[in-house]
Parts: sequence; C-alpha cells; structure tokens
Amino acid sequence: MYPFTYSRATDVADAVRDKAGHGASAYLGGGTNLIDLMKYNVEQPAHLVNVAKLPLSKIEDLPDGGLRLGATATNADTAWNEQVKQRYPMLNQAILAGASPQLRNAATNGGNLMQRTRCYYFYDIETPCNKREPGSGCSAIGGYNRIHAILGASEACIATHPSDMCVALAALAPTVRVSGPNGERSIAFEDFHRLPGELPQYDNTLTEGELVLSLDLPEKGFAKNFTYLKLRDRHSYAFALVSVAVGLELDGDTITDARLALGGVAHKPWRDKSAEEMLKGQPATAETFGRVAAHVVANAVGQGSNDFKIELARRAIVRALQQATEGKQQASDAFLNSNP
Amino acid sequence: MSQLLTSTPHRGGLPAPVPTGPVRLHINGQTQTLQLAPWTSLLDALREYAHLTGTKKGCDHGQCGACTVLVNGRRINSCLTLAVMHEDDDITTIEGLGTPDHLSPLQQAFVDHDAFQCGYCTPGQICSAQGLLNECRAHSEAEIKELMSGNLCRCGAYTGILNAVKEVVDKQ
Repeated sequence: MYPFTYSRATDVADAVRDKAGHGASAYLGGGTNLIDLMKYNVEQPAHLVNVAKLPLSKIEDLPDGGLRLGATATNADTAWNEQVKQRYPMLNQAILAGASPQLRNAATNGGNLMQRTRCYYFYDIETPCNKREPGSGCSAIGGYNRIHAILGASEACIATHPSDMCVALAALAPTVRVSGPNGERSIAFEDFHRLPGELPQYDNTLTEGELVLSLDLPEKGFAKNFTYLKLRDRHSYAFALVSVAVGLELDGDTITDARLALGGVAHKPWRDKSAEEMLKGQPATAETFGRVAAHVVANAVGQGSNDFKIELARRAIVRALQQATEGKQQASDAFLNSNP
Repeated sequence: MSQLLTSTPHRGGLPAPVPTGPVRLHINGQTQTLQLAPWTSLLDALREYAHLTGTKKGCDHGQCGACTVLVNGRRINSCLTLAVMHEDDDITTIEGLGTPDHLSPLQQAFVDHDAFQCGYCTPGQICSAQGLLNECRAHSEAEIKELMSGNLCRCGAYTGILNAVKEVVDKQ
C-alpha cells in the first residue's frame, strides 16, 4: 500500500472541502472494499477523508411515506432495521445474502453503492484493464471470464457490479442524495450506476468530489410478493453468479405491478423495465414467466467461460418470479427473516 | 476543521519516511496510545504495536475471518479497517474474552468440543461467535452456520465449531 494522509471529517461540508483540497483523494466509509483495493495498489489515493462518523447513519421516515437510509448506516444495521424488515424485506434479504456478518458490520450503505468490480484482472495490476488503466485493453475478453457480464457489456469492459444490496435497490428504485462542490442533488438509482461503454473507468455518474448522503426509498416496498434469489458457487459468503430481485403486486392471479432486476450479469444492477411492462396485466403463470425470462436474456452475449450464465439467468428469473408469486424466499436464507 | 495526520504521499521510487502520529485505542479495557502511520490496519496495530498476537493474520483481505475482533461489541475484520478509524472505540480481542484460568464460555466450549485442529483460525472463530451471541440472531444450527460463514477453517473443524457455538447459544 502506498502512503497517504488521513483526516476525519467533522461534517459534510468539511468532508467535501477537505477532499477537494487534496488531489488524488477518496472518501473512506467502512473501508471493506477501498482498503482491500489499496492493499493491491489498484487504488492509490494520496489522501483519505474518513466520512464514516459523519451524522449520516440514521434510518428514518420521510414525509412522503418513504424511508431514508443514511449513507453511513452499516449494511447490518440497515438489513436488521425494523422498518426495512417490515416494509422492504427484499432489501433485508439481499443485504443478508451478501458478504459475511463481519463485513456487513463494517460496510456502509454509501460504500455498497461505491464498491468496485471483483473482476480478477481489475484486481491484478500486472494485467491490462481498461477500468483500472484506460486504454490498456481488457484481459477478460478472450481470457477467463466466468464471472463476467452477459448484458450491456462493451468492447472495452465486461466487468460486473458485485453488489447484492444494489440489485434489490434497483428493483425498489430509491433516489440517491449526494453532496459535492456544486451543492446537493438527487440521482434516480437507475441513473447512478452506468454501463461501461468506452469509459469503463467510471462506475457511476457521480461528479468529482460528490459524496453519497442517503438512499431515499419510495413508499412502495413490495413487502408481500417479493424475492431475492442468489445463485453462487457455494452456499454462503460468495459473490453472485446470477441474482434476481423481484417485487410483484397481484390482484388474484393477475400481475398489476412488477419490478425485476438482475445482479452478476452486467456493469450495473440490471433492471429490465420492458420485462416489467410485459408482466403487468398478465396471469402469474409459468407460461408468462418463461416468456418474460426469455425476453430478458434475448440480447445476452456470452464470452466463453460465462456462457452458462445466460441459461442460468433465464431459469433464475422464472424461479424468482414463481417464488415472489408464492411469497417464498430462497430456502437457505428464509430463516433469517423469521427471527423475532 | 478536519484532524490531519500528515504524511508525504509518494508514487514510485524510494519509500517516503514513515510518518506516524499518536493514536489512542481502548483495547480490552485498557487505553493505549500507539505511534501509528495512517495506513496501519487495526490488525497490524494489535499484533505489531500493541503486541496482542492472539488475533491472527490469515488472508489479510477480508476473506477468511482469522482477524475478527469486536469493535463496540460488534465483530469486524480487523485487516480491512485502519487503526486511526477506531480512536474512542472499544476493541476486544481474544485476549480480552477470558484468561487461561477463567475461560469464557465460548473458549471452554471450543475446548470441550475439540473445535480446532491447528488453532490458527480459532481466535477469529471465537471472536466471531461472541459477536454472533451479542447479535442474538442465531438460534438453529442452520442459522449458526450461515452467520458463522465469514470464518473459514482450513483444517475443517466445522462440526466441532458448530457444536461448540450451539452449546453456548442454547444456554443463552
């Protein structure tokens, strides 16, 4: 790890000012991803601004009926928050499907959005990587790419976003409140992360120096018919190969509203609004689910080692829609929601 | 204003002199002021500066759980956090959970259930299990397995570890 200077911000304005006053600087939340990347010299900030103790850790009701998740609330505190469990259980399930208890205790909500890809070439500074070193090439294309993207990739980058939490957030569609040198603004969650295109070095649409303040969830939480299905190489403590977040509203057997987002398949949490539109007004049947799943993966492209993901995603979407219809969770995680 | 620990950022060439600053840590009920660089992980601060070598360095990347300690009663990976981030926090390591003459209930259960072979992961396993007890969210074997999944055991002593943790959970 390269040497750096460190400061602890006293408030948001102080944090923004402090970061702007240093060149290659970074905000430090829980550190679970940033410090790891610094150990590999993938990230080399000359200055860290610790924002973890800023007063942004509250989870509180919003006047419009929504719920505000503070940026520095830990993933664990967010998952186990009573309001989250009751009103946004899909988020509870997604967070608990990710990482380990230790990591969830340290990792913050803002940091979860900001975490970087786990592409092995991105982590290995000896290999070309357009995300780490723009213009150097992509080692994953034509290389070993089992964990890589099947949707929305580019010729410059086929990395995936690793978060579970963000897949549920994509389905729940909060706004992301940020503050920076030019003041405060809100970004729709679907516009926060981006596809790689020709600029894979940018994971998101934040401008220089902007700091995440909160995630503001809308009132609608799909608390009855939801699921977060995560498929991975081992039962726990592994990144998703494919994950699916589903929220449905049903009138009898008819789907009246739907949300569908995938993880592990693209450079950003992959919400498919056209699939959601296809679901609306349709009967919640295997025939409907099969048709929608085929639609979602119709333009999927395999890279060789990850070809299996296309079929895996198709089947996972069908299963997730069935689970959500039945109000069921993935067996391995369901118990975590039944605790008092 | 921000509190600033000063160092000389450096890119390539000879390493910069290592600037350190006083960092006050509360470890196992005792307050210590250590001279640390900003980039010293909590794990390295505990082992190399506070000389508490019970906490183990396994992967050093948050993947194995051997470095698990309790910060304000909550388990975290001490390898993925900086010591300077924890001024005013209460840090508990394996040395703070019991003594050779008075083992903590978890330590005793690990002995009784033969919950280790080489023992390298054990301090992390026990600190993690103590965090699990503090959280009060694991009751069944399935829940304990899931909520202990952040701790790997290369020897494969999982059956004993599960039995040891279950025994203490059941008495809780």
